[in-house]
Amino acid sequence: MNGPERIAAAFARAAAEDRAALIVFLAAGDPDYHTTVELARTAVAAGADIIELGSPFSDPLADGPVIQSAYERALAGEATTAATLECAARVAAATGAPVVLMVALNCVLAYGTDRFCQDAAEAGVSGLLIPDLPVDDAASLRQEAHLAGLGTVFLTGPDTSIDRTRQIAAITTGFVYVMRHRGVTGAGAYPVDLRRRVAEARAAGPAPVAVGFGIASAADAASIAGVADGIIVGSALVDTAFRAGPGEAVGELVRALRRAMAPAGKLPQHQATGQQPGATA
Amino acid sequence: MIMTPVTGADAGRFGPFGGRYVPETLIPALDDLAAGWSQVSTDPAFQARLASLLRTYVGRPTPLHRTRRLVGPDAARIYLKREDLCHTGSHKLNNALGQALLARELGRDRLIAETGAGQHGVASATAAALLGMPCRVYMGSADMARQRLNVVRMELLGAEVVPVETGSRTLKEATNQAIREWMSSYRDTHYLIGSAVGPHPYPTIVRSLQSVIGTEARAQVLEAEGRLPDGLVACVGGGSNAIGLFSAFIDDHDVALTGVEAGGAGLEPGRHAASISRGRPGVLHGAASYLLQDGDGQIMGTHSLAAGLDYPGVGPEHSWLHDVGRASYLSVGDDAARAAFAALSLREGIIPALESAHAVAHAMEWAGRLGPESVLVVCLSGRGDKDVDSVPGGTT
Repeated sequence: MNGPERIAAAFARAAAEDRAALIVFLAAGDPDYHTTVELARTAVAAGADIIELGSPFSDPLADGPVIQSAYERALAGEATTAATLECAARVAAATGAPVVLMVALNCVLAYGTDRFCQDAAEAGVSGLLIPDLPVDDAASLRQEAHLAGLGTVFLTGPDTSIDRTRQIAAITTGFVYVMRHRGVTGAGAYPVDLRRRVAEARAAGPAPVAVGFGIASAADAASIAGVADGIIVGSALVDTAFRAGPGEAVGELVRALRRAMAPAGKLPQHQATGQQPGATA
Repeated sequence: MIMTPVTGADAGRFGPFGGRYVPETLIPALDDLAAGWSQVSTDPAFQARLASLLRTYVGRPTPLHRTRRLVGPDAARIYLKREDLCHTGSHKLNNALGQALLARELGRDRLIAETGAGQHGVASATAAALLGMPCRVYMGSADMARQRLNVVRMELLGAEVVPVETGSRTLKEATNQAIREWMSSYRDTHYLIGSAVGPHPYPTIVRSLQSVIGTEARAQVLEAEGRLPDGLVACVGGGSNAIGLFSAFIDDHDVALTGVEAGGAGLEPGRHAASISRGRPGVLHGAASYLLQDGDGQIMGTHSLAAGLDYPGVGPEHSWLHDVGRASYLSVGDDAARAAFAALSLREGIIPALESAHAVAHAMEWAGRLGPESVLVVCLSGRGDKDVDSVPGGTT
């Protein structure tokens, strides 16, 4: 299987259990790579379907204070692009879950786009997410990624037009990443018409649609799990890992998220809304 | 006033540089901004309003002063384009006023800005006060300490100054934080970028609004000398005063364009801010340009005595002018800038901003090599009141 197929299979397994897929974000190398691999192992054992691995960058524009600090800790330690790719390989091998690598455009350019795609694929990475590379300029990256067998995940924002959403969804391989709110990762939520936006992205292309940004609790997870094919939890997990280390706290959080995302059949998709009571059960 | 209309997604390219490399969230905001800029570029009423404010509020045109004692009689004649005489004490108000008026047109009634030396923050706060808009300025806490006069001025003008405590606590981090805030506030807030950096359409907007410097200087030097100068000199952090001066002379191929970057305390990594001289192309703050970065693409720390030059990137048009050989870029270190600061103060009666002193230092050296028949024009981008704590003989 190539990367997009591995990602699709993970979404399909979750769908077969009548639930959304849980995508867990970890900052690679925070505070060291060994910890990252342990965290990934814990998260997948507790029910995570896909690992999104953040490659540390000195100036991440789309990230809030939690992930900024995680990257600072990683870069103050042993983090390099090559070591992060090695970490991705260990995570993929240790968990068997698809790994999506989130990486700043400048780090890909510095490494060399073709070489980066080849090395990422060789490490067992399934997809790339480059948050500061809009689709308009992504042609060469998409080609290199495709040749290497990697998916390319693109994002839609709260005010992305329908036309642009179609354009994004049509060329996304892996999953479409719908940003739940304006602002950076981990920040407070803004009311937006999430259900409509997810539906637009779904209708526009073959890739499943996952929602991220600001999903911190089981209640958040429950409210969105019924709307989308997947949810992405980042800052809440990175923060828990930072405070508690790679032990049970992270496993507890992942299990709570998974429980909230519904045992099959008990939270039918068309009924799950933002105000679902009892969703934290 | 020359206003370059902006149309289409490719309009923000300067060869391989520029573009808009931002999180998808900001694409609608940048589309709006480009459309709004296109509209006001051809709107006579908008241009008349801006021209009137530049004349009656900013104090334009600014003089072109021929220095008398700065260099000896055997050196080239040095003219100073006196942007330090603009209201608020630097060229920054040319851009801030124009963008604030544009924000009003776009229905965005609140301003945010980043600032390094504080000159752009003061200009933004001033434009906000004049137009009755709330204004928040992000500033690295290290810069707040070394440019405290400007912090006080911003607060007197009613702006909220938000300290940024991450990284090196200077301009790069202030810019990061302003962009992050804008990702959540763009629907009612305009991000007033202070230099010719950032994603399209900002470099084009800032260049156009600062081109008044070059347009005036070209006419003034023609009147004074009956000919074009041999060279132009301007300091380059992001490069807004430089691109403003250069823009009117780009097609005058006999006029040498020279940008002066901050050589800081030495040309080892981390001790300077000479992005073009010592950097490699990459992507930071939404645009492709020369950057100071390590082998992994991590952005490196910088140092300059001048907070306004203490930035690891540079405007994308400068990168392009460098690559095509139309402009040359070199660096002047802290010590030479300090010496030029003193020389201009003592010999000419003008206390320059430390940023501008970098340009003066190079012009003095170049003038000595050229001989008395040559003419140089230097952009004196700002005045130096803010820097009295940073130079010998100033307050402590």
